[in-house]
Amino acid sequence: MAEGENEVRWDGLCSRDSTTRETALENIRQTILRKSECLRSVKETPHHPSDGLSNTESSDGLNKLLAHLLMLSKRCPFKDVREKSEFILKSIQELGIRIPRPLGQGPSRFIPEKEILQVGSEDAQMHALFADSFAALGRLDNITLVMVFHPQYLESFLKTQHYLLQMDGPLPLHYRHYIGIMAAARHQCSYLVNLHVNDFLHVGGDPKWLNGLENAPQKLQNLGELNKVLAHRPWLITKEHIEGLLKAEEHSWSLAELVHAVVLLTHYHSLASFTFGCGISPEIHCDGGHTFRPPSVSNYCICDITNGNHSVDEMPVNSAENVSVSDSFFEVEALMEKMRQLQECRDEEEASQEEMASRFEIEKRESMFVFSSDDDEVTPARDVSRHFEDTSYGYKDFSRHGMHVPTFRVQDYCWEDHGYSLVNRLYPDVGQLIDEKFHIAYNLTYNTMAMHKDVDTSMLRRAIWNYIHCMFGIRYDDYDYGEINQLLDRSFKVYIKTVVCTPEKVTKRMYESFWRQFKHSEKVHVNLLLIEARMQAELLYALRAITRYMT
Amino acid sequence: MEKMSRVTTALGGSVLTGRTMHCHLDAPANAISVCRDAAQVVVAGRSIFKIYAIEEEQFVEKLNLRVGRKPSLNLSCADVVWHQMDENLLATAATNGVVVTWNLGRPARNKQDQLFTEHKRTVNKVCFHPTEAHVLLSGSQDGFMKCFDLRRKDSVSTFSGQSESVRDVQFSIRDYFTFASTFENGNVQLWDIRRPDRCERMFTAHNGPVFCCDWHPEDRGWLATGGRDKMVKVWDMTTHRAKEMHCVQTIASVARVKWRPECRHHLATCSMMVDHNIYVWDVRRPFVPAAMFEEHRDVTTGIAWRHPHDPSFLLSGSKDSSLCQHLFRDASQPVERANPEGLCYGLFGDLAFAAKESLVAAESGRKPYTGDRRHPIFFKRKLDPAEPFAGLASSALSVFETEPGGGGMRWFVDTAERYALAGRPLAELCDHNAKVARELGRNQVAQTWTMLRIIYCSPGLVPTANLNHSVGKGGSCGLPLMNSFNLKDMAPGLGSETRLDRSKGDARSDTVLLDSSATLITNEDNEETEGSDVPADYLLGDVEGEEDELYLLDPEHAHPEEPECVLPQEAFPLRHEIVDTPPGPEHLQDKADSPHVSGSEADVASLAPVDSSFSLLSVSHALYDSRLPPDFFSVLVRDMLHFYAEQGDVQMAVSVLIILGERVRKDIDEQTQEHWYTSYIDLLQRFRLWNVSNEVVKLSTSRAVSCLNQASTTLHVNCSHCKRPMSSRGWVCDRWGSGVGRWGRGLQAAQEPLLRRPPSCPPPGATAAPACVPSATTWSRVCSCGARAAATAATCSTS
Repeated sequence: MAEGENEVRWDGLCSRDSTTRETALENIRQTILRKSECLRSVKETPHHPSDGLSNTESSDGLNKLLAHLLMLSKRCPFKDVREKSEFILKSIQELGIRIPRPLGQGPSRFIPEKEILQVGSEDAQMHALFADSFAALGRLDNITLVMVFHPQYLESFLKTQHYLLQMDGPLPLHYRHYIGIMAAARHQCSYLVNLHVNDFLHVGGDPKWLNGLENAPQKLQNLGELNKVLAHRPWLITKEHIEGLLKAEEHSWSLAELVHAVVLLTHYHSLASFTFGCGISPEIHCDGGHTFRPPSVSNYCICDITNGNHSVDEMPVNSAENVSVSDSFFEVEALMEKMRQLQECRDEEEASQEEMASRFEIEKRESMFVFSSDDDEVTPARDVSRHFEDTSYGYKDFSRHGMHVPTFRVQDYCWEDHGYSLVNRLYPDVGQLIDEKFHIAYNLTYNTMAMHKDVDTSMLRRAIWNYIHCMFGIRYDDYDYGEINQLLDRSFKVYIKTVVCTPEKVTKRMYESFWRQFKHSEKVHVNLLLIEARMQAELLYALRAITRYMT
Repeated sequence: MEKMSRVTTALGGSVLTGRTMHCHLDAPANAISVCRDAAQVVVAGRSIFKIYAIEEEQFVEKLNLRVGRKPSLNLSCADVVWHQMDENLLATAATNGVVVTWNLGRPARNKQDQLFTEHKRTVNKVCFHPTEAHVLLSGSQDGFMKCFDLRRKDSVSTFSGQSESVRDVQFSIRDYFTFASTFENGNVQLWDIRRPDRCERMFTAHNGPVFCCDWHPEDRGWLATGGRDKMVKVWDMTTHRAKEMHCVQTIASVARVKWRPECRHHLATCSMMVDHNIYVWDVRRPFVPAAMFEEHRDVTTGIAWRHPHDPSFLLSGSKDSSLCQHLFRDASQPVERANPEGLCYGLFGDLAFAAKESLVAAESGRKPYTGDRRHPIFFKRKLDPAEPFAGLASSALSVFETEPGGGGMRWFVDTAERYALAGRPLAELCDHNAKVARELGRNQVAQTWTMLRIIYCSPGLVPTANLNHSVGKGGSCGLPLMNSFNLKDMAPGLGSETRLDRSKGDARSDTVLLDSSATLITNEDNEETEGSDVPADYLLGDVEGEEDELYLLDPEHAHPEEPECVLPQEAFPLRHEIVDTPPGPEHLQDKADSPHVSGSEADVASLAPVDSSFSLLSVSHALYDSRLPPDFFSVLVRDMLHFYAEQGDVQMAVSVLIILGERVRKDIDEQTQEHWYTSYIDLLQRFRLWNVSNEVVKLSTSRAVSCLNQASTTLHVNCSHCKRPMSSRGWVCDRWGSGVGRWGRGLQAAQEPLLRRPPSCPPPGATAAPACVPSATTWSRVCSCGARAAATAATCSTS
């Protein structure tokens, strides 16, 4: 059969013009009908030996289409497309062909589906965001659906991501997705790897590269080292790393390319943190997101399972309900009380300079030992690990060996003054976009804490932000690190530490055991702070190395 | 010296002397400040806090204020300021948010005086009142400004900016109660020290943080601000609304700005990142710095004029751990290095160039262009004698025009549009292009394509055994043969192509002289090149012996009589031209009625009889039959490409380069290739052949060229109904809602010229969009005469 005519074009659906969408859908419908007719006729005449192979092939192809349709019927921001897709699925079912069902409970495994905004019930602003996202990517991914708790941030996030992946930049499109895959694979984030494998192929990437980094061009292989160090121990980046990349004969990177790559790497490292931190489920149309066959374990999903993240059959009992309400209520109250105290007592109790310095060191050192008790070695799934080398290299290595993290002074090199200028110089407009994103993430507040209103949360947010930077050895001269100890309790620290440093180990239990009385949207808010602080920390180290190289 | 005498009077007798010098500090400096006696400077940084005496020949360390065993964060200075009334009083801003004052009059080793720990975040700036002895102002990251009276333990008043972090605070020099503060969100506020409740005035000065500001020492109400957006702006605050008077665009974010004493329009700036130099700008000439100091190896963090009435001494501290004194007379002046010359082609072949007036005047017969009725837009700029570099950088503009209606570059456009450069086998491409060239009457080019096809599309490879033999045999003859062939055939082809130039020159000779140094090629030039480059007789004679044998080897020679050959590699059309002398001159005469061309025709005639039975092409044809490797010809092809490029037909050079790809690339050095590519792309873009130029960019293998494609071209779309920009990614107006089709009729597409790009960036190239404006320079041209002008001009000015 002619593949060309059966090729389905989804891009028409991204149009904002409803007639264009309708025509596109109609085409899809016809193609699918044709395929299924074809399949059926083959089935009805089983004695057709030569067709055995193409039969499974074509049914695979059809299944893919159906899965995509299923995704559209659930996740397309346009109502007409959702309805029509569902209709098509139904009519296919009537032909006696198995259609897929979505698997799992919504976009996040940690957050009950009913808490998350349903597509179709969004307000105008969110709809515009959804439509933008859909127009750019041809899908509405789960990350978007979870982030939409904070539409202001989401807008900036999508704009940045769109610019990084699809707009002008020194790197070719398939490189960008491949770098995204490399970065996500560092944290064994099958979700992101899956998404970008699709995108990578869609923009014409060579499927061979997906077999492992050693099949990619030398230039990308060279980036592997930076990826590794950046993901786990960014403080070790030196100008020699940069020099090695920039001066590698014909495989060398240009400065602009390197900055683009660094921004992509940091973006995807932190996005991997978000994915695990919020327990993002596989996309409906990707493997593991839907089922007409038994749930696939083969393709990129193994690490989820080994993590205990794959909680398809999780009991619906929210563990928060197990804890006595008064207990967790007390938690919030205590936190607020501490904040009040700190606010008032600040001037009275004057810590000495040495005291301040040692508080930072203590916090930094302690942060290394904050880890969940189940520190089992998780061997990454083969399929993901093939995108990077040296799987044993991780953040925890250094904590075990008690390596010294040198202190990085923000007052000497900060994002606002230095990092921004460098990025904007080498990769115009991106500095601006990232700067906005940092700002929104850092300043985002609804002045609420759990059930309390009109709370100034700036102190808490600053403590979280600075705690993350502290873990990376970044010190603010004007911050009293004693505050962190007061405001962040152990289970919260464990969660932060795990999300930022070893996101693949985040479990639902961790997510539930911190801030039990807080809303899910607030926990997502925390995650936004975590990923942006992490991204900034990595960027600062990488950019400082580039600056040092340049001077 | 006039300058010196002024200094003397200003200083009341004591003359400042010194030289450009620097000294090494132990640690990077964050800020410096000068004592009012102009003989001492204080340097502060994270781990340095010292006072140096400025002596005639060197800096001498005078005092280390960083005492005590344990390094305290209170000593980690973000800023330092020396009181301008009291020689003993200093203040520092610490990174941990403490404001410290220092009294040098204290007898103890530790000169620390007071400690104010009221700010919650890093203090970015401290500032003493210019006339009041005890008033100190601080601005902090926490968004507050505090005013301290040094006689009291706490702050007198707190000012809340209600916006983000304070980056700079400066007391007005003229207005006793006024101070200005700048903020991280781009705002500038004006405060009255007596009214902490609200600011007097607030306006947004920059996009992004405003790192610094400085009041003009003489002009009341002039405030200079510098920001991360790489701009220095001068504001007039005396008017009702702050008015932007001047704007200087630098190449990196501006960290410090300081007015130069005694020079009303001068200010010094240094940058926060990347750029290590200190610039002194004349704000009326915002494009070229008046002076530049290049001593530092890392970013300059603090600058200060040594004396408030001496414009010639500048002190600076840097992250490279050095302290410098710069003398203005030792500064490098970029204007001296600047080329006040510019050359530009108009879309229709007009050529305008500006050159130093002296240069132009010196040459006899050339008058500076003074504008004419056809181009009323050109005027000679009226010179303001008060302005700087008046003598240095004034230039005269000359314009050469083509004869109206000449329409001369049609062939170029046609060729560019019709050539096929990729996607088919080499042989087909060559045939196609040969056909195109022939149809456009460019026979010589057509022949070249045919030759290329013959050379590179030979069937099979050469057996190695054969290789040496044929090389040895053909080495001496094949190469020069081709050479001579090419050059000979050039005459008719060039005749048609250069005719225009000649007529251009002739037409304009009454008003402007066109001399041969201009890029336009005249026939005389061609003549010369040919004459000198072609020792044709000699070369031809050389091959004679082998000719017959080779001729016989030619298998396709069986059909010599076909007049219009289907296969273009057949040699005969060409042979006719050369062997039969009569058609040649006629042909030429048709195309160019110039006596000089007939000179070249005579050449042809004289060459022809050398051997009447001899066919140049059949020789090369035969060479191919003897299975020479295509490599063998690469030298030849290279020379051919160079020849075309030299002749100004860079189109041919690039097209061949692209089509032959690896076959010849290695023989031509990268730089030349890049040069050809960029020239051709530039030409294409001038003719607005965006698609072709994009294709060429895409096909090019030169890195520098292919990255043109990756630079930004921003496209702005406005709604046709409400004229509002369509900000969202789709083609839908927020207000009108209705979807408009892609590139719909109602859309006014406008391109931003990307003028905000720093000069160091590569020029933005065309991307894949159907219509792209390639570069800022071309833009103005497209803008002024293009179809989209009306819609775009508005967007241009606003964006």
